[in-house]
Amino acid sequence: MYPSRFGYEAPKSIEEAIGYLTAGAGEAKILAGGQSLVPMLKLRFAAPEMLIDLNSIPGLDYINIAADGSIRIGALVRHEGIERSEELQAAQPTLAAAASLVADPIVRTRGTFVGSVCHADPQGDWAAAMTALGGHIVAQGPKGTREIAMKDFVLGPFQNSLAFNEIAIEAVIPAPQGTAVGSYLKLERRVGDFATASVAVALNIQGGNVVRAGIALAGVGGRTIDATEAASVLVGKPLSAETIQAAAEAVAAAAEPRTDHRGSSDYKRQIVKTFVSRILTGIANSEQKVA
Amino acid sequence: MSSLYDEVTPTPPSDVPTRRVTIDVNGEPRTVDVEPRLLLAHLLRQGLKMTGTHTGCDTTNCGACTVLFDGRPIKSCTMLAVQADGHSVETVEGLASASELHPIQEGFKQEHGLHCGFCTPGMMLAAKALLEENPNPTEDEIRWALSGNLCRCTGYQNIVKSVLWAAEKMRAESN
Repeated sequence: MYPSRFGYEAPKSIEEAIGYLTAGAGEAKILAGGQSLVPMLKLRFAAPEMLIDLNSIPGLDYINIAADGSIRIGALVRHEGIERSEELQAAQPTLAAAASLVADPIVRTRGTFVGSVCHADPQGDWAAAMTALGGHIVAQGPKGTREIAMKDFVLGPFQNSLAFNEIAIEAVIPAPQGTAVGSYLKLERRVGDFATASVAVALNIQGGNVVRAGIALAGVGGRTIDATEAASVLVGKPLSAETIQAAAEAVAAAAEPRTDHRGSSDYKRQIVKTFVSRILTGIANSEQKVA
Repeated sequence: MSSLYDEVTPTPPSDVPTRRVTIDVNGEPRTVDVEPRLLLAHLLRQGLKMTGTHTGCDTTNCGACTVLFDGRPIKSCTMLAVQADGHSVETVEGLASASELHPIQEGFKQEHGLHCGFCTPGMMLAAKALLEENPNPTEDEIRWALSGNLCRCTGYQNIVKSVLWAAEKMRAESN
């Protein structure tokens, strides 16, 4: 399979890349890891006139964890970079749990975290994790940078809110209030398949109470589902069997699964409920051990 | 069309824009003019006539086209050839020396790690990347490392044994 013809530039700076995007007037596309874009080019779901390859721009493969616990992930950090960063694995349990579940190990050497978020696949792992974490994307355009909260970033299936001449240069996860706990569970038919259903949980716990509860879902709707409102039943209380049960039911109700070859709608909703309950129970048990 | 994939000729085609790239393939610099849309897997197979790299699914699932890109495994059907400019690529042709099989190849022979052989080049390169980082992997670690490579004969059991065999041989050689 051959993609249709396109021009190609490999700029050496973000500013140069934005120049090409601006000149492309909406017909140019950014190439980072290419693990979603190149298959789409081959299937001709995408046929841009110009590809602007970020891989020659130095200094975009950073993972910075600040003293307050906030995390900044540069545009060229590969999935493998998340998986292998011991510092990040220790600091952010939701990302740590998801890292080895993204695609397959060969795709993870090349695909990027930020690119995956931008791709906004309804079954994408990182968009769900970032949504649960209440993160934001830093976009740079001709007039400078702006922050776009995840809830405003993913507009629908494969749609993000970047302007045609903006580049997502980093993903930011805010500092936790108290302790960041959480996890990610994904049901897939085999390694590398898209999620049948997956659940990202990111909580902040302070003084034994949940002070922030972020939950997001992938694979169970036409877009990444932000179930944070459903998860609000957890806030202000310690995790208990009752609150866990209530949250699992509320989050499952927020899912919008459709019956397909990966399973029936009821089955997927049940998976969501089970995963929420399993993750929260795991957190509650480890909290007890700490206390 | 075929001239696009040939090594630099005195008269590159004029109707389609190409870019001149130099890629280190198995230790040898190769300079070629490529169209941006040419995939690395197709450059290797059609342009450089190195058909050891297989293209199976063409949709980033099967891993038959796995090569090492700057030492890390990638799916060469999911990278543009133009992106490899200035980088090194190792294919299955780079594994054996003139007289001797690479221990990983020997392992696949000894432990019958192939049926039809289609997935074998990708399996071996993914295994090489694993063994370079982890010379003494467990069976479980091998299965995880090879989980992006599909075997249509479902011969995974012997593939895992082959990698274990190669790991042992390579450890013995390095001692």
